[in-house]
Amino acid sequence: MRSIRAAAVGAVTMSLALAASACGGGSSTGGGSDDSPKTLTYWASNQGASIEVDKKVLQPELDKFEKQTGIKVKLEVVPWSDLLNRILTATTSGQGPDVLNIGNTWSASLQATGALLPWDAKNFDKIGGKDRFVDSALGSTGVQGKDPAAVPLYSMAYALYYNKKIFADAGISQPPATWDELVADGRKIQQKGKQVLGAEGSNVSENIHHVFVFGKQHGADFFTPDGKADFTNDGVVAAVKQYVDLMAKDKVIPAGNAEYAQNQSVSDFAKGKTAMLLWQSASANLKSQGMSEDQYGIAPVPVQSGTPGAGTQVDSMVAGINLAVFKNTHNLDGATKFVKFMTSDEEQKILNKAYSSIPPVSAAQSDPAFTAPANAVLKDTLAKSAAALPQVADESQFETTVGTAVKELFADAAAGRAVTTESVKAKLEKAQQQMPAK
Amino acid sequence: MTTTVTAAADGRTVPENSPGAARGPRRTGRIQRIGLPYLLLLPALLLELLVHLVPMVIGIVMSFKELTQFYIRDWGTAPWSGLDNYRVSVDFDAPVGNALLHSFLVTVGFTLLSVALCWLIGTAAAVFMQDTFRGRGLLRALFLVPYALPVYAAVITWVFMFQHDNGLVNHVLHDQLHLTDKPSFWLIGDNSFIALLTVSVWKGWPFAFLIVMAGLQNIPRELYEAAALDGAGLWQQIRRITLPSLRPVNQVLILVLFLWTFNDFNTPYVLFGKAAPQAADLISVHIYQASFVTWNFGTGSAMSVLLLLFLLVVTGGYLALTSRGRRAADV
Repeated sequence: MRSIRAAAVGAVTMSLALAASACGGGSSTGGGSDDSPKTLTYWASNQGASIEVDKKVLQPELDKFEKQTGIKVKLEVVPWSDLLNRILTATTSGQGPDVLNIGNTWSASLQATGALLPWDAKNFDKIGGKDRFVDSALGSTGVQGKDPAAVPLYSMAYALYYNKKIFADAGISQPPATWDELVADGRKIQQKGKQVLGAEGSNVSENIHHVFVFGKQHGADFFTPDGKADFTNDGVVAAVKQYVDLMAKDKVIPAGNAEYAQNQSVSDFAKGKTAMLLWQSASANLKSQGMSEDQYGIAPVPVQSGTPGAGTQVDSMVAGINLAVFKNTHNLDGATKFVKFMTSDEEQKILNKAYSSIPPVSAAQSDPAFTAPANAVLKDTLAKSAAALPQVADESQFETTVGTAVKELFADAAAGRAVTTESVKAKLEKAQQQMPAK
Repeated sequence: MTTTVTAAADGRTVPENSPGAARGPRRTGRIQRIGLPYLLLLPALLLELLVHLVPMVIGIVMSFKELTQFYIRDWGTAPWSGLDNYRVSVDFDAPVGNALLHSFLVTVGFTLLSVALCWLIGTAAAVFMQDTFRGRGLLRALFLVPYALPVYAAVITWVFMFQHDNGLVNHVLHDQLHLTDKPSFWLIGDNSFIALLTVSVWKGWPFAFLIVMAGLQNIPRELYEAAALDGAGLWQQIRRITLPSLRPVNQVLILVLFLWTFNDFNTPYVLFGKAAPQAADLISVHIYQASFVTWNFGTGSAMSVLLLLFLLVVTGGYLALTSRGRRAADV
């Protein structure tokens, strides 16, 4: 009896001790160190058609890095649905990767947590200097006036993808340059029994990217210069209404797209069901769905009038991925070397080609691959007519609240309920009230 | 963590070093008899502490802090906010509180309907499957499939079926049976409540079926035979024998179903994603959104604590009520 009891107590003590020690490792507040100079953990975002594709693209490069430096990089490709939660968990526990990808729109929010290594002049010097990077990409790396929380890795921009055959059948000779033209072309396309424009009405982030651009085109911003939420000003209301009206009034976005959130609109486009799609760097994605490059054309996203440019002629957000170093890394030196490697001219060319994105490193852009017509549009947009999403700490909340408001408005439009200036304003007002009070 | 380890060490020493150990064999025996159950419970108790209570206490502590993205890296530095998080949560005139109240009411309505339907369908199926007939085993196995499927796989299949353009549900209701004027949206707008309820009942009733079926095995057949001799019909047998005999089983079943359904996160999350439609804004996803998506873990925790209190009150009240009923029945 006694021996059983002792064994039981021993087992419990052991399991508790194990649990306690498992919880104990690492502190969430400590700075970086160089304790383990031979290994790195890298969380990559899912850029290719699948996680397997990403591994195939990245692994050879990581092997190259290991050959050069002797540092082994453990790769984990994290799906988008998990990435932000994983980063938040890593931030809270202090147990995270050494180097990681972040969506560039999260830069300011994550910067506020203090979990990422700030890229001051000294750190930038270690990777060749800040001026190697394109300005528009640097504009989406954190709050203005603070040291960037990450460095740009891949840049992307929105473009209008159009199906050449549907356009030819409908007798349209060139892609629409303004929204009015798009709606007019839509009528011709509908007569041929095709859908006009695809959208992801239930995808909160997609909604934000579009209404942000419409906001710019109406000369409006979602935040005041001192960073306060300002969702109900007339320009913003008009912008959101114009986007939702593409479904509600103009009927160019099919009602069914209101519930899309899993890139169904890309599939529709690839299958030739829809004539147009507003998407960021879609080539690789379309190819994986069986649509070859000669079947579609790429044009700048329409504007209200005139041609894309700065100010109210903005036609894309600065989309892209940044590379960040986790402040708690145990291999600070190796992590910096890895960032230098990934942002080197050569790697930039290889990686951005693989992902059909544009290198944020100026020197790498000269490669002929990025001057081909498809990429020329994206490169041009990034250089001339793209604007960074608001770089405020509450960006994440902004995406959720306003993105959800747009989703609800799309649901109204799909159900045949009227979308009016008042109803748009009411939804935006609710979104604004849910923002953190300061 | 270290305190619990010490507790384990203390736990070991208690029975052996207790004063009774030295005094006479009889008393030792009694102490062993009394002490043994506690000792055997100790591992479970300690693990319960570690797995359930410690996180709960941390959650409660968090609810009194202003734990936003500015402080998650080092919780210690997050300022105490007193009852602010609770005040925001229950201020029903302000948007956050109002949204929480709305979500709470939706959840209550959804839970009541879902539990009632699960119980009704489960019990009906179990009663009708009581008699042996050809293919009964096969049907029983088939009925349990929804319960046995992994939640994600099952619910994502429903997502495909509920799609507006190519979904099976619209194909049947609209294209085949012409019940609606135009294809309906199930995953957005007001119909999302119906979609959610459908999936929840589909997923939940096999459990009710299983439990009631087990309960039915314990009802002596003689009761039915005697009733049949006295001229009771099927409905009277169900009302006078089956249901009263199932009472204890049902009491537990309803409570478990209620708690599971009320707290269900997977079903709405897989069906609707991070931003659930208003009509189907269940409280578990709502709280997730309040904390993880808007990065305000303090308010999220406060909402969770309020939810915990509500469920405690409901469960406590339910248990008190049903046990009183049972005691009265025993007398």
